[in-house]
Amino acid sequence: MRVALFVTCVNDTLRPRTGRATVAVLERLGVTVDFPMGQSCCGQPFLSTGYRGRTGPLVRRYLEAFGGYQHIVTPSASCAAMVREQFPRLAGETAAGVASRTFELTEFLVDVLGVTDVGAYFPYPVAYHPTCHGLRVLGLGNRPRRLLECVKGLELRELAGAEECCGFGGTFSVKNPAVSAAMGADKARAVTAAGASAVCAVDNSCLLHIGGTLARQGSAVRPVHLAEILASTEGEVW
Amino acid sequence: MKTQLGMPAFPEAAGRSTRDLRLRANLRHATGLIRERRAAAVAELADWERLRAAAAAVKDRTLRHLDHYLLRLEERVTAAGGTVHWAADAEEANRIVTGLVRATGEREVVKVKSMATQEIGLNEALARAGIRAYETDLAELIVQLADDTPSHLLVPAVHRNRGEIRDIFRERMGHWGRPAPKGLGDRPAELAEAARLHLREKFLRAKVAVSGANFMVAETGTLVVVESEGNGRMCLTLPETLISVVGIEKTVPTWQDLEIYLQLLPRSSTAERMNPYTSLWTGTTEGDGPRHFHLVLLDNGRTDTLADQVGRQALRCIRCSACLNVCPVYERAGGHAYGSPYPGPIGAILTPQLRGLASPLEESLPFASTLCGACYEVCPVAIDIPEVLLHLRARVAEGGEATLRGTRTVIRPARRHTLERTVMDAAAWALDRPGVLRRGQRLAARTRRLHPRRLPGPGRAWTESRELPEVPPESFRDWWARTRGGGR
Ligand code: SF4
Repeated sequence: MRVALFVTCVNDTLRPRTGRATVAVLERLGVTVDFPMGQSCCGQPFLSTGYRGRTGPLVRRYLEAFGGYQHIVTPSASCAAMVREQFPRLAGETAAGVASRTFELTEFLVDVLGVTDVGAYFPYPVAYHPTCHGLRVLGLGNRPRRLLECVKGLELRELAGAEECCGFGGTFSVKNPAVSAAMGADKARAVTAAGASAVCAVDNSCLLHIGGTLARQGSAVRPVHLAEILASTEGEVW
Repeated sequence: MKTQLGMPAFPEAAGRSTRDLRLRANLRHATGLIRERRAAAVAELADWERLRAAAAAVKDRTLRHLDHYLLRLEERVTAAGGTVHWAADAEEANRIVTGLVRATGEREVVKVKSMATQEIGLNEALARAGIRAYETDLAELIVQLADDTPSHLLVPAVHRNRGEIRDIFRERMGHWGRPAPKGLGDRPAELAEAARLHLREKFLRAKVAVSGANFMVAETGTLVVVESEGNGRMCLTLPETLISVVGIEKTVPTWQDLEIYLQLLPRSSTAERMNPYTSLWTGTTEGDGPRHFHLVLLDNGRTDTLADQVGRQALRCIRCSACLNVCPVYERAGGHAYGSPYPGPIGAILTPQLRGLASPLEESLPFASTLCGACYEVCPVAIDIPEVLLHLRARVAEGGEATLRGTRTVIRPARRHTLERTVMDAAAWALDRPGVLRRGQRLAARTRRLHPRRLPGPGRAWTESRELPEVPPESFRDWWARTRGGGR
């Protein structure tokens, strides 16, 4: 099977290792990965800040880059939600097809490939934070947990108040810094209390906020994208 | 709508609340409890999702034909012995109510908890006319005694704990009527008894009551008040004159429709299967209850809101407050930061629509959310609050058309957003040119050792409480090109 990777602008620029991990997992499962170079940003930061009009060129760019693919896979729940939920509202019918063929990584693994054991090894206690767009817009349900439960060596720790937003919210973190920081601090404290050595999610933007807060609190817990855990093997622990 | 003049924009007010540790502890405790209980109460009903869809559909249909249902309501209320008044805005509503109270010759009224009268600032308008309005809902009483403003739809004094309430009763009850009993403690039963004694005096004396209503049934002209304490029922039945101020969107066509909401509302708001008191009345009845009944139908921005195809869903709201209780932003910001009687997620979409984007406060409200979607998930009438927030954000940032006082108006992009708009334009330009983006990434990678740990200007908001992400030595794009030879 051939898929197109939509790596997202945040991962491309700030967390390329998540993109590399996604490629590694997919290739390990026998999937051929393409990376259409014309891809850029899905436009989410513009829409969520009120610049709906600025999303047009980015939506068109996405449709052009990925229009020819049957499966488009992205390691970001909020970008997948943007494409699936908002593109049809922004661009109408033309976007509906591509939107419905865009999958968040765990959806693709569990629903399309039908696997939960990807042969990963990650010998650490991990807390899983279900990000809001994955949880409430995409309805990822227990897919991420099922994948994590199959990872050898991994010990899943319960995270108190797991379903509560971390407080990132894109430009919310800058427009409402005090509330964002208060929410982030509560989330970081819950992560530390979970006794995990890594906090994992399916969205790096949330992880940058949680990780940045943990680091400022002096915590040793590190933020790790789920793809990186799935890419990790006994030969090469990520 | 009552504008609390000089209100700071949301971020500043919320910032202050986050530093008030007692407020945060009170809110966390109260909302945490009710969250779990609501979830359990909702889980009991197997057909919850269908009820929810029906509730949304009935409200949508009613709102689409609101003119028709309001006229029917007026006709039925009038036929049942009531008098209907139409108020276009807060000022007109206040004038009508003040005139009605004056005509009775009374100088005081008892009040049933009502959002609509807070919205129009009725108590203050009555006070200016020399009429004292006594709040009789326990929490509203606390707020009124403390000269405070409510911070929650349903639990207006949620920001106060028992010790604070005892102090308020001890110090203030005497100014308003019967003083608190000597040696009053802070046990709930003692506090409730003090309130009961204080209020009883008012119920027995009052000749005029002012209420709102949760629903108005058009087919019979029946008004409905749903409450927990029974104080509302006292107000609705004891006085000679009853004046109800109700937003026009509270209309439902039939009793059969009402049944849906009477299932959804108590479970969503107080996590009860059924609320303790549901009072229904139709006009006046010989020998029972008030002799005179006036219904003041309040618009005050509602038809403007109705003209907005995306925003109008906010008018479905039945004020259950479930969205407040699950909102992580409300939990930290507290209700007062929203600068209106409607706090939390519903306030963030309702206030800017009812008032228009009148000041920096209203402009900031649509941004008072992380778009986490918890509100939409619990809303019993399925208001897609995140979608309306996005819609209103676009109106603030880019401008657009809106209806203000019945007139189509072109809203200009908010001036406070000029710098942001420039940054956004530049970002959109670069992101639409992968070559430019790539050069930017490489420049950032080459200079990564020089990046400061704390940023000045707008970036400071991020680095105050978080480390900046480190820029990696190589972007994904470059890695792919280097290892896979360019890709497609
Ligand atoms: S918006 Fe929905 S959840 Fe919030 S108060 Fe209104 S009905 Fe309840």
